[in-house]
Amino acid sequence: MESTDGNDAKSEQRLKSAAALKSFMLKSSTESKLNLYDHLSRVLLKVMDEHPDNAVDVIEDVSREVKRSTLRDLPQTTAAELLAEQQRLLFSRPEEADQEEELEMQRVFLALKQLVESQGLPRCRLWGKILGTESSYIVAEAEYREGEEEEENTEEAAEDEERDVEKEMNPLPQSAYRPPPTVPKEALGTGANKFAFYVCKEPGLPWVKLPSVSPAQITGARQIRKFFTGTLDTPIVSYPPFPGNEANYLRAQIARISAGTQVSPQGFYQAGEEEGDEEDETPRDSFEVNPDFEGVPVAEMAESLSTWVHHVQHILQQGRCTWVNLAVKPGDDSNEEGEGEEKEEEPDEPEPEMSSVLTSQHALAVLRSNLWPGAYSYASGKKFENIYVGWGLKYSGEGFSQAVPPLPQKEYPSGPEITEALDPSVEEEQVLKEALEEQQAPRKRWMTQTTRRRRMTTERT
Amino acid sequence: MDSNSLFYSLELVAGSGNTLNIEQRTALQTSLVILKKNYKFHRVLFWGKILGLKEDYFIAQGRGEDEMKDKKTLYSFNCMDWMLLAPATDSVIEEVSKTAKGRFVGDPSYVYEHVEIHRPGGRDDAIQEEEEVVTKVNEESRLAVTVHRIDEEASVVPRGAYLKSPHGLVQINRSFGGLSHSEAGKLDNFLHFSKAKNLKKKSILEMGDLNPAIDFLDVLSDDIPKGSWSLQLECASRVLVLRSLLWPGLTFFHLPTTPQHGHIYIGDGRKNLDLPFML
Repeated sequence: MESTDGNDAKSEQRLKSAAALKSFMLKSSTESKLNLYDHLSRVLLKVMDEHPDNAVDVIEDVSREVKRSTLRDLPQTTAAELLAEQQRLLFSRPEEADQEEELEMQRVFLALKQLVESQGLPRCRLWGKILGTESSYIVAEAEYREGEEEEENTEEAAEDEERDVEKEMNPLPQSAYRPPPTVPKEALGTGANKFAFYVCKEPGLPWVKLPSVSPAQITGARQIRKFFTGTLDTPIVSYPPFPGNEANYLRAQIARISAGTQVSPQGFYQAGEEEGDEEDETPRDSFEVNPDFEGVPVAEMAESLSTWVHHVQHILQQGRCTWVNLAVKPGDDSNEEGEGEEKEEEPDEPEPEMSSVLTSQHALAVLRSNLWPGAYSYASGKKFENIYVGWGLKYSGEGFSQAVPPLPQKEYPSGPEITEALDPSVEEEQVLKEALEEQQAPRKRWMTQTTRRRRMTTERT
Repeated sequence: MDSNSLFYSLELVAGSGNTLNIEQRTALQTSLVILKKNYKFHRVLFWGKILGLKEDYFIAQGRGEDEMKDKKTLYSFNCMDWMLLAPATDSVIEEVSKTAKGRFVGDPSYVYEHVEIHRPGGRDDAIQEEEEVVTKVNEESRLAVTVHRIDEEASVVPRGAYLKSPHGLVQINRSFGGLSHSEAGKLDNFLHFSKAKNLKKKSILEMGDLNPAIDFLDVLSDDIPKGSWSLQLECASRVLVLRSLLWPGLTFFHLPTTPQHGHIYIGDGRKNLDLPFML
């Protein structure tokens, strides 16, 4: 009895120590994430499978091989895999494996959905894609949320304050030059800033909101011709210097392309009827979808251009869609500005030539812009859409010639009042003095004679 | 791009903004096969599309024994009926570059005119004879010259895809396995598929690294101005796309570690001479 008890006790102790050793072996190493238990079991499994000769001699090699093969399970993540991981978030529903070969457009649509949900936008559509030298931009056009206001740049205000403080301490001579007043930006939701634009490099990457565009940037963009690089903060080195970086240039080109190429079938939109006294001069800003629109037959749309109309305002030469009178002083200035206003209301950019192409027997009319290569519109029955895929540059005709820097300013015309002359030297002054004295000399001699006579008379008496 | 791989290659270059619709694609697949049989080409490529004001030209190219020299170009309007284009000689190239400006019209019989007035100098008193030299060029020759120039200046192949035999015969390398991911990121590994001009200027040190069977073409990174090629990864970084900024519309694609590559030109056939301003 005692022996069995002793045996039980020993076996229990043995079991306990075995369990302790096993838990020790199961501890994973801090460096390689392996544990001894798994490793030894794998080595023994391998020996079982392969039955190597002289197993005891080659056991170290077997162990090393097993280690190496387990470590290879950590894959080298390539760039493609990283991006695929990010894009996987787009597919919220569990997808089947072979649907991973979806086309780029499908990913773009899912990315747009994500944008709408994250930003809470009322409406959003794919505007197009702008190609760049290092990477491209996918652009989405969205309506502003109600009540959204422009964020003020507090940094600029702080800089101005610093400059003012310096001026008070050391008053420098103020120049009388006043730069021409800058044309104010259009308010959000009107004109060139009617829509907000978001860009991203690849679907799945976060969307970045582009800043609203100012008229100075539009006029600047009209004068330069540059490729986009693909990073939003690259500076634009050009002449005349562009006010802003690539994000502003991109936004200005998007505004120009929208104004020049967004078309719709005639009759699709009708003017908003909310404004009471509509003057003929103010361009209509709001338009609504015409509920009575029945759709123009496709053959008609493909044959002539008159069935297509622009539904986005043209950008005037000033850089805005509505004219702003910059004259502040009354009098002559306002008269001149008034005349200028009447002339400038005509749209500045020439009508883009478009070529329409009937693509198939299933009735789809396609319009391709010749002025902005890459802008396409299609219409089929009641549906229509505009899209732009291209480099973001206008057709330049014969060739782009850079603006020439202005001629150097002429110097002040030289005349006698500002020409330097040498000061007369001492000898010259002496000569002049003697000459003057000689002129006055006869008078002096006459004076001395009379005084001599007076003396003589006084001496006589 | 090769007609065999047309149906999926077009999706890979669609990122540039131009693709063919399903009707054109199916028509091309059938007509290119017929073309190959009729002209006895070894390979038929769909070269691309040149956009004109009224009509677009679809261009196909057939390759014979020698990939570089035996080339025949054909054009069509509806992807079904193909017309042969005459090869461009030097005199035609000169004439076209003088006269043809602006966009393609879309009518192969359209004639471009250029009037030059020569005044033989030296005689101030005598009557000055004005000779009007009128050079006329029709659009078909302009098309041939444009295709030739694009091939010369902008056709791209990956390094190792073509072999040059000691006899001078250029052929496809059947054992080309594709560039690896790291190699594909460098512009050095892409070559112009036209007669090499810069090769003789290389020093012996550089030539030592090169393999004469593979490196008989000019490297893309030697192009002037630097930066006239845009190298990007697309389609979730699976495809490498090279776009030319000198001939906007030319797109080259390659799937790394596979032998698939090709290039296509869809554009209006005008060289971008403003490139130095734009970089």
